Amino acid sequence: MDQFVLAAAEAEEHSPLMPILSEVVLALIVFGILFFIVRSKIVPMFEKAYAERTAAIEGGLQAAETKQAEADAKMAELEKQLGDARHEAARIREDAREQGAAIIAEMREQAQTEAARIVDHAHTQIEAERQQAVTSLRAEVGSLATSLAGRIVGESLDDDARQARVVERFLTDLEAQQGQSNAGAN
Amino acid sequence: MSVTGTIVAAAESGSDGFHAPGPASFDLPAIFHVGGLGVTKPMVLLLLSVVVISWFMIAASRKAAVVPGRLQFAGEAVYGFVRNTVARDTIGSEHFMKFVPYLFSLFMFIIVNNYYGIIPLLQFPSFSRIGFIVPLALASWLLFIGTGIWKHGALGYLKHATMPGGVGGPILVLLVPLEFISNILVRPFTLTLRLFGNMFAGHLLLILFATGGAYLLTSGNILYGGVGILSFGMGIAVSFLEMLVMFLQAYVFTLLSAMYIGEALAEEH
Repeated sequence: MDQFVLAAAEAEEHSPLMPILSEVVLALIVFGILFFIVRSKIVPMFEKAYAERTAAIEGGLQAAETKQAEADAKMAELEKQLGDARHEAARIREDAREQGAAIIAEMREQAQTEAARIVDHAHTQIEAERQQAVTSLRAEVGSLATSLAGRIVGESLDDDARQARVVERFLTDLEAQQGQSNAGAN
Repeated sequence: MSVTGTIVAAAESGSDGFHAPGPASFDLPAIFHVGGLGVTKPMVLLLLSVVVISWFMIAASRKAAVVPGRLQFAGEAVYGFVRNTVARDTIGSEHFMKFVPYLFSLFMFIIVNNYYGIIPLLQFPSFSRIGFIVPLALASWLLFIGTGIWKHGALGYLKHATMPGGVGGPILVLLVPLEFISNILVRPFTLTLRLFGNMFAGHLLLILFATGGAYLLTSGNILYGGVGILSFGMGIAVSFLEMLVMFLQAYVFTLLSAMYIGEALAEEH
């Protein structure tokens, strides 16, 4: 071993700064091979892993974004539906109120018409009855007056007491007559 | 082989004085011959690095799973470091992918060959042999010049590289040659020498502490022995420093290559 070292040392003084051609050529070839392997195999495979990883991450992000957008759309739709429903409810309430008011007005009008009709009817009836009463009263008063006059004429009309008595008796008769006719009518 | 070999050598040759390690320690003898060409340990190590890198990185990237396993995670950490921190941040996100294969190969090739220097039994940083660096530096040089010509055209790139924006008049007479030298001429040399110098010096330091420690321990003198132990301790400390330097040099070589490319692609200074 030492002989080699010594032999090398004793060999012609080779400057370490002077490249040896065989080493230059060897390094060129060896590095060329390495470069070829790295270029054709190693870098593409690492880049493939990088690209796949980027795609996976971006895909995940994109999926999340899509989900978010979907959720937002759904939310908006629900809110819109809610608003519509509120609007609809308000509209229905308004309609009901209007309808109620209309019904009340109609009923009031009907009631007033009916009342007027009833009053009218009553008036007519009352009038008729009054007419009837007047007619019968007229006839009765006539006959009564005739009979009373007959009585009064039949009796002496000299004093007031007798006169009063006659009138009293007549009325009592009249009442009894009335009660009989009433009972008979009944 | 080199360190262990020289330690043994130093220990055995203790009687006839200490042979300080020098540039000759890096001229290893051929292990075997192929067609008249001597194959040395660094050459074998260089080949081994391609096997190791390819095997590891293919194993790490083969599944290309969305959720990475432990091995894929480790591979992606290294690949992502070169791809994002080195290539994308210096070249820009528009064009960087074209250069990632080169920069990643470069980084892996340099870092594995550097770390040979502290792996037991291997213990030789391949890039302390300047010849191995020359093709890499030339490749980076041609790549960034080619990129510049592709982007700006030959004359356009020459102007882009040598004429700083906002400078005019006679100062250009001075500036253009300087810029040409610093931006185009010396770059392959600085790339080569930076990596070579660091690996060479670091390894030399390790050999010195190891062989020196061994020589002092076997010298028979108790005081020398104490210093020898100190020397081994220093060797261990320098090994840790070297771990950092080995990474940094791979990083710097790759980063500078990327920066030169980014500069060549830039619109304006």
